[in-house]
Amino acid sequence: MHLDALILSRLQFAWVIGFHILLPAFTVGLASYIALLEGIYFVTKCEIYFRISAFWTKIFAISFGMGVVSGIVMPFQFGTNWSRYADITANVLSPLFAYEGLTAFFLEASFLGVLLFGRKLVPRWAHFFSALMVASGTLLSSFWILVANSWMQTPTGYKLIDGRFFPADWLSIIFNPSFPYRFAHNVIGFYITTAFVVIGVAAYLIRRNKFVGEGRVMFSMTFWLLTILVPLQIFLGDLHGLNTLKYQPAKLAAIEAHWLPEKRAPLTLFAIPDEKNEVNHAVIDVPLLGSIILTHDSNGLVPGLKQWPADQRAPVAIPFFAFRIMVGLGLIMLTLVLVGLLLRMRHRLFETIWFLRTCQFVATIGFLTVLAGWTTTEVGRQPWTVYGLLRTADSVAPSLTGLDVILSLASYMVVYLLIFPVGIILMGRIVRNGIVQAEEKAPIEGGQPSAPVVTTPEYNS
Amino acid sequence: MTLDLVPLWALLLGAAVFFYVLLDGFDLGVGMLYAFALDRATRNLIMNSIAPVWDGNETWLVFGGLGLLAAFPLAFAIIMPAVYFPILIMLLALIFRGVAFEFLFRDAQHITFWDRAFSYGSLVATFAQGIVLGAFIQGFAVEARHFAGNTFDCFTPFSIFTGVALVFGYGLLGAGWLILKTEGVVQAAARSQGRWCFVAVIIAIGIVSLWTPLMDTDIAHRWFSWPNIAYLSPIPVATALIAFFEWHALTNPRSEMGAFIGAIGLFLISYFGIAISLFPMIIPHQLTLWQTAASPDTQIFLLVGTMFLLPIILFYSGWSYWVFRGKVRADIGYH
Repeated sequence: MHLDALILSRLQFAWVIGFHILLPAFTVGLASYIALLEGIYFVTKCEIYFRISAFWTKIFAISFGMGVVSGIVMPFQFGTNWSRYADITANVLSPLFAYEGLTAFFLEASFLGVLLFGRKLVPRWAHFFSALMVASGTLLSSFWILVANSWMQTPTGYKLIDGRFFPADWLSIIFNPSFPYRFAHNVIGFYITTAFVVIGVAAYLIRRNKFVGEGRVMFSMTFWLLTILVPLQIFLGDLHGLNTLKYQPAKLAAIEAHWLPEKRAPLTLFAIPDEKNEVNHAVIDVPLLGSIILTHDSNGLVPGLKQWPADQRAPVAIPFFAFRIMVGLGLIMLTLVLVGLLLRMRHRLFETIWFLRTCQFVATIGFLTVLAGWTTTEVGRQPWTVYGLLRTADSVAPSLTGLDVILSLASYMVVYLLIFPVGIILMGRIVRNGIVQAEEKAPIEGGQPSAPVVTTPEYNS
Repeated sequence: MTLDLVPLWALLLGAAVFFYVLLDGFDLGVGMLYAFALDRATRNLIMNSIAPVWDGNETWLVFGGLGLLAAFPLAFAIIMPAVYFPILIMLLALIFRGVAFEFLFRDAQHITFWDRAFSYGSLVATFAQGIVLGAFIQGFAVEARHFAGNTFDCFTPFSIFTGVALVFGYGLLGAGWLILKTEGVVQAAARSQGRWCFVAVIIAIGIVSLWTPLMDTDIAHRWFSWPNIAYLSPIPVATALIAFFEWHALTNPRSEMGAFIGAIGLFLISYFGIAISLFPMIIPHQLTLWQTAASPDTQIFLLVGTMFLLPIILFYSGWSYWVFRGKVRADIGYH
């Protein structure tokens, strides 16, 4: 494999976006959760919701900050490494990105300051409103970026002139065929990711027998949410798959490592794809299940990679395994949810220690699932940047040399490998310190702080 | 009838970039001045003066980049690879500066490291932006629809100089902000730092104003030929007036807003100067705004939303600043 600017740029993009996606995967759900808690507190004035909210807001501040700095990297990537893609698709995609900035980024960034620091400075309703605006910003951001990504996967509403895209129908561009499914599946996936973190933290607090009240409230609320969302997500994933079958059959063939088009196709649980010889080795198949699951018809036709010339096929092994990892993790989540439901019906949800321990252990399951899912869809889209129309190989910035990108890739790797672990460790410390009772209480007389300026950075205890 | 939206978009983008320079300029400036504060309490105060607003400020950077992509995509596609390393350095520095806000207060064992991440991150990001500015003014090699030069072309004596100049420029903005937001000893220190930055900025404006036309005969002709020199003479005059105003604000212990306003004024006039020098080129020597613009359908689609959303954004951003008005409070922010 020749280490040229193209492959290095692809690795670089995978690196920066792989890390970045972990943050919205958490902060989208958490922003909504905090808004919900603030709303309940605003209405009921029950202190417990305030304490839980203040706890998660501290964690949110760290993760959101990391999301912002890793997010700023992304639009510049389009320019520095993918300038051909930027030039060719800008007429269609650039307003979508710009609207993300205009409707979402400013909204969440401006109200974040009030959410984090303004509780004592604004009326209660304004603070709650700020939480709501931050949450709305994260959802609007998801909307626009997924519109853009979905258009790259299932492009519609465009004209192609001189090798560049021009808009023909904005509604068709925005509400392109895969968008509704990708949007729903992704946002629910984000909510599930946050929910498992909350559950894990709640389980930890309950087992430590400190802040048990708060732990139980968090656990119970969130578990109800998961009970609804996990089955829903599986259903949405299925719909998303049907859509992929229709609009991106080559991608589906790669995901299934399916070489020949086939009716009454089996479901391949495991295989070792051999791209050179266009076969699979060590295959574990379940008869008929492929057509049933992928086409909802036992006589349904499942596409095969050989329908496309070799240079129009995605790499097989990566989407194949990534997809199975995602589904496997999803089934684990479903099992947990069902077991939890059973325990709750027997009123033994908080008393079953092995279950609480399991919840703690799987707290990060959502992140792995999100990464697996995104790997499936993005690698599955190759060799295209815009499916069927623009190749990734033709998208890279022509002026870059391998050396340029080795330097930048190495820099991103070093910095991210420092910043991200530190962020996680610091968030972990907040969790270990638990839910502080005395938070933000001292009222201020005439603008003067009643406590002296005390700086008590938190030492590792 | 096809309406020519290019001038409007040039104005909008210019305004967006200017907003970024102003807003992130002062908080990067504050970050750099942070290093000169010697005790923890003062450092906390300085950081807290920008803690609630830095994120919104930095959002203008994203908007500036995306705005360039949206309005003048060919320019984006040429400029970004041409300034590959300054952008990389800027982004990495902004990462360190951005996380330092939170990490500093939660990782006391490594407080010195995060102190440095905050102040050096601010410094390096500023310097990198200055290089981008200088490289932009000098222009880029273009072939067909892409940058055709070497990735290291952007590092020239001129761009290094503008890098240093911007450091002092943001330092001046930062000092102005600190004068506004602090009192007593901290404020007095900011005034003193501001004066140093001011001197450097005035010298830099002078040098760049002469160097740019020296580099480029077209620009020299635009400024120094008759009757242009008559029409454009108010610019240096205005610059001198603003400079006098700024010096007065920086030396008057009772002036609160003056230094910040004066700094904004100096940036604004310098900005106009560059615009006058370069218009209508967006890739100097090669491509005009019109040649790099997005399709009219794209421009209209974005314009409709932008005209509606920008006032709203300015409104709630302004509200957010108003919430945190007045002098920095020791209890608002990180502690």
